[in-house]
Amino acid sequence: MTEFTQEFIVGHMNYWLFIVLMMTGLYIVVAKGNLVKKIVGLNIFQTSVFMLYISMGKVVGGTAPIFPVDMNIDPNVVYSNPLPHVLILTAIVVGVATTSLALALVIRIREEYGTIEEEGILAANRSTARVEEQDHGEVMGGPV
Amino acid sequence: MSAQAVHHTAMTLNDQLPALQILVTFIAAPLVVMFGSLRLAWPIAFAASAISFVIAVMLLSQVIDGSIISYHMGGWAPPLGIEYRVDAANAFVLVLVTAISTLVLPYARVSIAAEVPEKHHALFYTAFLLCLTGLLGVTITGDAFNVFVFLEISSLSTYVLIAQGANRDRRALTASYDYLIMGTIGATFFVIGLGFLYMATGTLNMADIADRIADQGANRTVRMAFAFIVVGIGLKVAMYPLHLWLPNAYTFAPSAITAFLAATATKVAIYVLLRFMFSVFQPSFLFEFYTLDFIILPFAIIAMFLSSFVAIFQTDFKRMLAYSSIAQIGYILLGISLLTETGLTAAIVHLFNHGITKAALFMAVGAYVLRAKGSFYDEIEGLGRRMPWTSAAVVVGGLSLIGVPGTAGFVSKWVLVQGALEKGWWPVALLIVASSLLAVIYVWRVVEVLYMKPTPADSDVREAPMSMLIPIWIAALACIWFGFNAEMTLSAAQAAALSLLVGSAGMMN
Repeated sequence: MTEFTQEFIVGHMNYWLFIVLMMTGLYIVVAKGNLVKKIVGLNIFQTSVFMLYISMGKVVGGTAPIFPVDMNIDPNVVYSNPLPHVLILTAIVVGVATTSLALALVIRIREEYGTIEEEGILAANRSTARVEEQDHGEVMGGPV
Repeated sequence: MSAQAVHHTAMTLNDQLPALQILVTFIAAPLVVMFGSLRLAWPIAFAASAISFVIAVMLLSQVIDGSIISYHMGGWAPPLGIEYRVDAANAFVLVLVTAISTLVLPYARVSIAAEVPEKHHALFYTAFLLCLTGLLGVTITGDAFNVFVFLEISSLSTYVLIAQGANRDRRALTASYDYLIMGTIGATFFVIGLGFLYMATGTLNMADIADRIADQGANRTVRMAFAFIVVGIGLKVAMYPLHLWLPNAYTFAPSAITAFLAATATKVAIYVLLRFMFSVFQPSFLFEFYTLDFIILPFAIIAMFLSSFVAIFQTDFKRMLAYSSIAQIGYILLGISLLTETGLTAAIVHLFNHGITKAALFMAVGAYVLRAKGSFYDEIEGLGRRMPWTSAAVVVGGLSLIGVPGTAGFVSKWVLVQGALEKGWWPVALLIVASSLLAVIYVWRVVEVLYMKPTPADSDVREAPMSMLIPIWIAALACIWFGFNAEMTLSAAQAAALSLLVGSAGMMN
């Protein structure tokens, strides 16, 4: 089992930050009733994953992964790993698309329900379900 | 591993099939937007889907003997380049997905016209094609990060498609929103898992990851990756405690979309789960063994009973079928957790059989929604006489759902029971039979409502139009045909199961 020494804690700083951000995001998604705030939480959650990827591509002592223009590559220069960064470019695009779609849905929900608070929407849905139950429920208990 | 793969120097059109599988629908999607105003939206969508189906069948015929097609996207060799890798398992899923989409599209024309405002039609078919592209991409790719990208393409378009049900019921919007939140959390969990895998192996090509994991064995990073991936994909599969998005999404989506999603989206997610469990991670890892035995198996059995039980007490035909879907996913997961060739065969064949069964049933629901303006039991009372063909298809689909001999559902449940008995797990075999009895109850309730109740005197309900009846009956007849001619699906499923079991590098070493 790894000891929780100071070196371990400081050496894994990027993971601690990732975990804190991730849990903050997830907490907001679960705890907040406002649909827009939920999306903000979702964004923080996704951003934490971007951080995880970006920090994992960092090589200690490495520089930006850009070759010199004349392509005289010095084998002694250490470069960071660009691949995770590229992956995260894709994931950011996906995140933007998700956010915009979610916001569009919130606008439509606001048009139909007149609120973007989860409480009001759930209450409206529940009363619709109750009316449906009254209208269509008797088929359950009726004589065969 | 890579030695036995057919090396591709793509020269002929035939060699380009794996790329075309994705590109046809992907290119058709913007075409639909451009020409949608000229009434070409539906013909383009249908043509693209039909071509995809032909390509999928051609691919399956090439790999059914156990060979593997490795297609190098853009000529970049894996593991650096993105590889499209076709074997019996994913060719089988490709055929299922494209067949269902080609079946649903002719049906959708009338059904969507009634349920979605006309100004949205072109964009609707675009979203449908993008969803199809995403599902096909997830299935065909051999690159782990590519799976995520295609997964999000299909998910984002799925949220749009579900929200289109808002014209009938505004709750489609909240269902879509809920699915968006849960689906995004699931997809992000999946990416976290991929990140850990990349940390442990330094590669994203699935076959390459498998080789390197086999070399280094299990460690904490690999275990974390497995946990995140199973939970993330589990959300998409609607694995029992992660199923909460499914009932509302299926109930409030337009009928054609429900039929399409129920038959394909969760099935593709199950394929991804299979692929990661067997081709990327090694089933010989103890942690995977424990996950299957102590998490997936119990939850699969709970899903089989609890969801069937909830289905019995529904008053809406469509919602009842949604709960039944969660139960049926339980059977598939049960087959996977047996971890034998028979169990896997059962899982894959049930994936197919349940796909066609649910397609038939959900399409029939759409016919009731079109004619009777709803799918609540009191709205479809006595319609067995008014809509004889649709109702007869419901009976056939219902029998297949129960697993009555002579239907497709029987074949898969029979193999599943066999798999359980092979392992000596006779209590599990008994539970499978017992949960099928619950299916008898919820199917019987529908049959009773359709045939034993009097038709309301003022009802002016007519039979559904031909364009809907024909797809419904193709799916219904497929339920019977694959019940009597089980050889074809069983041998394909067995080839798929073998390719998954052999495909895991650790088992070959």
